[in-house]
Amino acid sequence: MAAGSRKSKTIEIFALGNEAVVEGALIAGCTFYAGYPITPSTEIAEEMASRLPHLRGGVFIQMEDEIAGLGAVIGASLAGRKAMTATSGPGFSLMQEHIGYACLTEVPLVLVNVMRAGPSTGMPTNPAQGDVQQARWGTHGDHPIIVLSASDVQECLRMTVTAFNYAEKYRTPVILLLDEVTAHTREKISLPDPEDINIYTRLTPSMPPEWYMPYEDNMRGVASMPPLGSGYRYHVTGLIHDDHGYPTSNPMEVEQIMYRLFRKIDQFFYDIQMVDEILCQDAEICVIAYGCVARSAELAVQQAREQGVRAGLLKLKTLFPFPRPAVEKMLRQCSSILVPEMNMGQMSREIKRVNNGQSKILTLNRVDGQIITPGQILIKILKG
Amino acid sequence: MAKVTQLIHKYLRHSKRFPHVFCPGCGHGIVLGSLVRSIHYMGLAKDDVVLVAGIGCSGRIPVYVDFNTIHTTHGRALTFATGIKLANPRLKVIVIMGDGDALSIGGNHLIHAARRNIGVTALVLNNHIYGMTGGQSSCTTPTGSFSTTSPFGQLEDEFDISRVTKVCGASFVARTTVMQAAAMDSMISEAVMHPGFGMVEILSPCHTQYGRKNNFKTCVDMYKWLQKSSTPMEKYRELPPEKQEKAIATGIFEKKDCTGLEEKYARMRKSLRGEN
Repeated sequence: MAAGSRKSKTIEIFALGNEAVVEGALIAGCTFYAGYPITPSTEIAEEMASRLPHLRGGVFIQMEDEIAGLGAVIGASLAGRKAMTATSGPGFSLMQEHIGYACLTEVPLVLVNVMRAGPSTGMPTNPAQGDVQQARWGTHGDHPIIVLSASDVQECLRMTVTAFNYAEKYRTPVILLLDEVTAHTREKISLPDPEDINIYTRLTPSMPPEWYMPYEDNMRGVASMPPLGSGYRYHVTGLIHDDHGYPTSNPMEVEQIMYRLFRKIDQFFYDIQMVDEILCQDAEICVIAYGCVARSAELAVQQAREQGVRAGLLKLKTLFPFPRPAVEKMLRQCSSILVPEMNMGQMSREIKRVNNGQSKILTLNRVDGQIITPGQILIKILKG
Repeated sequence: MAKVTQLIHKYLRHSKRFPHVFCPGCGHGIVLGSLVRSIHYMGLAKDDVVLVAGIGCSGRIPVYVDFNTIHTTHGRALTFATGIKLANPRLKVIVIMGDGDALSIGGNHLIHAARRNIGVTALVLNNHIYGMTGGQSSCTTPTGSFSTTSPFGQLEDEFDISRVTKVCGASFVARTTVMQAAAMDSMISEAVMHPGFGMVEILSPCHTQYGRKNNFKTCVDMYKWLQKSSTPMEKYRELPPEKQEKAIATGIFEKKDCTGLEEKYARMRKSLRGEN
């Protein structure tokens, strides 16, 4: 159909961030949800429980704990479903082992972690951004992973769709980090026409089953993936395996799979790197932020501009793989960089790591369970 | 060609590099043989069978046979199986776990799988020990017996896997030993064909890690002990209490009509969607 010849049908709704995640997941083709209730992510499970049984083949199941939740999601994904789970703080800690399993066995899935304040039980109804490095390094062993974030309700929807696309494209678990504020903000969003959105679904093999290699080292680094029961019988294991999926400890084969796991993410870095550059073109001081803090920062940057300070905002939507080129550009351009975040400096650490003395890095940290306000950021910008 | 050879040709993975990981005298090979015979005589297509295993010696069983095979994380095999069964109820999902796998680290998942009666079959291979990690005591190590982490005798009481599963609501529960291969064949078939959650506890001795430390000179001694002490349910009930303590009851302990969770969910979905 020629561009413009079809009127796209968007519907406007009033939704929570958590509900927008469900809308996004359903647009992306998710038909399986397994999880365990935990504040502040519960609305995702509740919405899924009432929506999924209305879909063809849709399944919702409440499991006995978060470990079981992610286990069932991996099982469903192996059986060919687009599957997801959602959790928060303590539940995210419990899920770590299965995240590593999904990385190594290359099972696509989406995990939404709504960050709450503090370690341990912390403050279940207060926001924070304390799980950023856990999302990157939480599971044991060296592994690549994709971590995304969203800063408003509309973005919750878009980023959930993106998370499913990346998961299916690169056969990897994708973690979407929200914070309690974004998840529990209710605002007007528009549901896009599914036909306007690019939806990616994993490739299934077309070769004869005896030629199929589930962990083939091909150009893309990503092999096709058949659903269980489709005639391609192969072995899935959390042990390091060769390209047929059989356990191996042969150094050559071990090196090959580990390098490929990293390569499949690295070589598509520019597809995965998502940032928004707001008023960055002539900026002298740049705020680098993500999640709900980016929203405060956007207002602060506008107010700083009104007062004659050339401020800009680099909003990170992809947190890992770390969007180094986009950050480095700002480091070269600006005399100072401000990194406000609701933790003790988990992302500013990454930025300092790539700085190499090019720019002055200022931090603004808040860990009292309250959001960082535009005023706080503005004061910091004006001070320089 | 002998029957056994035919089965080997049909079901063994020819691309898999042997030898296998099992010690001489291990019972797990007998279980795998029985599983393959059951699947063969039930006439299930290879594509429709999914073997899901946990971690440990029992976890290594599926890799050798030509089905859809998944080697999962320690104790969580049932959670993967639940996801697979709900995602595609057509598949026959058979879960292979050890005693530590199913009852220690995975105890939570076993009792909940039994409670929700998801239509998967669990084979729990009970060898009373953590074999792969070097003979540490498990939750089924009998009181008073020795292991590397109970060098002065196990103080804790052990789990009775079948009883635990039965009281948690499983609709098919049975126990057998590797010395009764024919009974094992039919129990596995019955469990797989059963619509709800089926659990077969299989006593599969580990001489390498358990027998040596507990007065079994050879693994043959251990197999003889197993044969002597296993008693069919009917006979076991008539034994005096002091003899019951030493005997191991075998047979089908529970079998009741039920509808598997996946079937219930499909029915709910059908009525919500207005399909007939």
